[in-house]
Amino acid sequence: MIIGLGVGGTHTDVVLIGEDCILRETKVPTDHSNLFDCVWKGLEEVTQDVPPESIRRAVLSTTLTTNAIAEGKMVETGMIVSAGPGIDPGSFRTGSHYYCVSGSIDHRGREIQPVNAQEIENVASRLLAEDVRQVGVVGKFSVRNPKHEIQIRDILGNRFENVVLGHRLSGNLSFPRRIATAYLNAAVYPIHSKFFQAVHNSLKKKGLNIPIYVLKADGGTMSLEASLHMPGQTILSGPAASVMGALPFASDTEETLVLDIGGTTTDMAILIRRVPLLDPVGCELGGYKTLIRSLHTHSIGLGGDSTVRIVNGSLKIGPDRQGPAMAYGGPAPTPTDALFVLGKATNGNMEASMRGIRNLADQLGISSEDTAHLIFDQACHEILAAAATMIEGINSKPVYTVQEVLEGHQVRPREILVLGGPAPFFAFRLASLTDFQVHVVPQWHVANAIGAALAKNTSEVTLFADTERGIVVAPEEEFYQTVKRDFDKKTAVGLAFELLRKKCLKEGAAETELEMEVLEEVQFNMVRDYYTSGRNIRVKVQIKPGLIPEYRDIAERLFNFCPLPGAT
Amino acid sequence: MLRTKSKTGLVFFPAFDWAISSTHPEREERLLYTQDQVFEEGLLDIDGIIEFKPDLATIQDIRRVHFSYPDEMSIATESHLISAGGAKTIGIQVLEKNIDRGFALVRPPGHHAMRVVHGARGFCNINIEAIMIEYLRQAYGVDRVAVVDTDCHHGDGTQDIYWHDPDTLFISIHQDGRTLYPGTGFHYEIGGPTAPGRTINIPLPPRTSEEGFLFTLDNAILPILEEFKPDIIVNSAGQDNHYTDPITNMNFCAQGYAELTRRLEPDIAVLEGGYSIEGALPYVNVGIIMAMAGLDYSNVKEPDYHPEKIRQSPDTTRYIEKVVREVMDVWNRGTDMRERSLAGKKFADRERTIFYDTDNILETQKETIRVCPDCSGVLRIDSETDRGRRIFAVHIPRKACRECRETGYQWYDSVDIRKYNQAILQDRPEDQYLVRTG
Ligand SMILES: [Zn+2]
Ligand SMILES: [Zn+2]
Repeated sequence: MIIGLGVGGTHTDVVLIGEDCILRETKVPTDHSNLFDCVWKGLEEVTQDVPPESIRRAVLSTTLTTNAIAEGKMVETGMIVSAGPGIDPGSFRTGSHYYCVSGSIDHRGREIQPVNAQEIENVASRLLAEDVRQVGVVGKFSVRNPKHEIQIRDILGNRFENVVLGHRLSGNLSFPRRIATAYLNAAVYPIHSKFFQAVHNSLKKKGLNIPIYVLKADGGTMSLEASLHMPGQTILSGPAASVMGALPFASDTEETLVLDIGGTTTDMAILIRRVPLLDPVGCELGGYKTLIRSLHTHSIGLGGDSTVRIVNGSLKIGPDRQGPAMAYGGPAPTPTDALFVLGKATNGNMEASMRGIRNLADQLGISSEDTAHLIFDQACHEILAAAATMIEGINSKPVYTVQEVLEGHQVRPREILVLGGPAPFFAFRLASLTDFQVHVVPQWHVANAIGAALAKNTSEVTLFADTERGIVVAPEEEFYQTVKRDFDKKTAVGLAFELLRKKCLKEGAAETELEMEVLEEVQFNMVRDYYTSGRNIRVKVQIKPGLIPEYRDIAERLFNFCPLPGAT
Repeated sequence: MLRTKSKTGLVFFPAFDWAISSTHPEREERLLYTQDQVFEEGLLDIDGIIEFKPDLATIQDIRRVHFSYPDEMSIATESHLISAGGAKTIGIQVLEKNIDRGFALVRPPGHHAMRVVHGARGFCNINIEAIMIEYLRQAYGVDRVAVVDTDCHHGDGTQDIYWHDPDTLFISIHQDGRTLYPGTGFHYEIGGPTAPGRTINIPLPPRTSEEGFLFTLDNAILPILEEFKPDIIVNSAGQDNHYTDPITNMNFCAQGYAELTRRLEPDIAVLEGGYSIEGALPYVNVGIIMAMAGLDYSNVKEPDYHPEKIRQSPDTTRYIEKVVREVMDVWNRGTDMRERSLAGKKFADRERTIFYDTDNILETQKETIRVCPDCSGVLRIDSETDRGRRIFAVHIPRKACRECRETGYQWYDSVDIRKYNQAILQDRPEDQYLVRTG
């Protein structure tokens, strides 16, 4: 059995999944000021009377770090940044404890200017005096040569609670994003570790020695232990959980648009033959552009509870939410109220909905029913337009080889999967407005918990070799070695796979989840003075994101809900 | 947060799978370190810098500029279509006002490709700036264009294409032709009889540094542009004037290139040469992008940059001052020269040989232009290569008068096709391209 838990804006969903079906599901109101209590309550409910040894794992998707970042509730964090020539590193300031120091590495990883130990010593003293306990250390081109970041960490020693090194977070190039990513990882470290230690200890106290996994922004899982080093990876795991919950129902031959229509927003993502499309660089949250691997998602301020009003004689939906629909006691009319007026939704205060929509109808000079139709159709059209824009953005992403320009694969989804509160109503209307195949995700109300439960480990390894300099480096893996002249792309890919395998097992993946693939493998002939002087090799490999193999074909079975005795 | 002063477009196309040959300067590796630097600096994340995917240039785009023998796709590879298309993309985005200015950081380059093309010369097959400019003229009615070629080599291809066009001001600043390929670009090369003074060549001595380039910019290029009042300024932004470039002898630097870009304020910049792929290109390109965007580039420097080591000598400074005086003299006499040539012969001839160093072809051209008082004059070219290929090409210019148009068609229709492999008519007013095969 597997436990999946997804913390949402209003509810926290928990499922217990067996071989054949969902055994239990429960909903607990989310209390953002006390996440631990609601998570714990949910876990207790689904595990009640279940023998601990029969539970294989529990996967948690929380809003903990996401909210901490979005609401700016992070701890004071010191940043030590060495840039060398280029854009003024002061432009990327993360807060008041931000120190630019000397030291510089060039694009091939050669040291241009050494670290000044005394300077770092002085920064350390100041950070300590300022009572800063979390530190991020980032150098330009540190992924090509991490020497300076390591030297700085060694000078800082164990005087700080946690020191995050930029090169360990991602192998991608982008100094400003590396700074933001290191900062966020350092700044949410205490809140993340405190929370998960508490979950871990409470389960242990109850005799539930279940391995805990945490869902990441890329829709993959990592062990609780691994997440302590990279808490930043857990941001935006909420939208990722829903997408993974839709995955079993997606076509494995087509491209799919996933629409999660919630109260405040509609989140969208793309699946390519049941594999989620990732953001090419990293996700963006709370104004921070990061190197955190994540699903390619897009969110618009349009949901079931979005405020509907008349602006300059025409309807405007969202982007704000003032409360629930008037049918549920809210202050302003919403698309959900339109559904009530159209008789599609029933279990609420129909009178209130009518009142709200009639008010809009009077301003437009048409009937309430026409107004409700108009609202509903406009919502559908706006969602489709936003999806089209997102797809256009994906398709217009620049490529850098002749072959890619000429082949130019274009994403063209033929299928829409809808989940979220008003999913069935929207699915029906979207189907009549488009040529897409439209389906509602079964069990959509707990899709995020199911997605968390079934997601497999995902990891990526970036490897860079420069045989003229005689080095190979996989920055995230703390791997830095010398190589001979005959080191080539094939060897590099093999090495990358080996490192990836090691990384996944360390992050708690099962052998069966290790479906490895090459994302990028390029080899450049380096020529100096008209003679070949070496090879410049860049390799990126990953574990294909998806569901744990044993549950890959669970789709049909998930239509079933077969409650365990004693389940609530 | 960083934000640009002007909305700046970027097409980045390093053609990582294309090379002239595996050890040629124009090889896959050329923009690898530039990409690394651009990505690591996070330039593409800056608010106000927008990256575009390059369009592919079409056969028709090439036919507005070139006479290609035997045909366009024998001359241009897909890679050339993308690099010309990338320049075109930037041009379109500027004209559509989606961006204020833009940089096509593309390869392969194009400024040595002339009007008639039998093969590759100076690493160039088709002229990517000219293809963009003629597209913009066709699609947006752009009229007056200035091309400022800051590549270290004389932009002889662009010069050839615009030799007879009074609406295109071509200024090339380069290492003196007596010391570098292609051996042309002297100050007395001033344009054809209907466009004298619209070609401005500024040959600088070897080891010219930042001081000399900026002096020339301030005292020749900018005053000339000020008077010409172009609708758009195109910068052929070659980067081989750099002090580390392996195939040239100049002493320019990243700071200098950025400063030149800031003062020149080109609407469109297009990468040309530049073969110091590690020591120069990453820094020069970052400098140019930041200067175009109006960002502070004062800290963009090569790791081994020591201005005092590459400073030009006082002799060089004096020599450059003399060159600038000569150049301004050419510019100031432009109108007089045009009047004088109109008073002369009705038809003017030009005979020359052109060597395609990359493809090892020798071409002999005989060119005749009608020295027309009403337009820039219809042009015919009789071109023969040492491989025995001969074409007859007629160019009817964009604003041709009726008589020139009729003359052009008469030339084309009456040519003895048995003597030629092809007769070609490029009718710019009708945007047509006709071919007869011999
Ligand atoms: Zn050049
Ligand atoms: Zn005429």
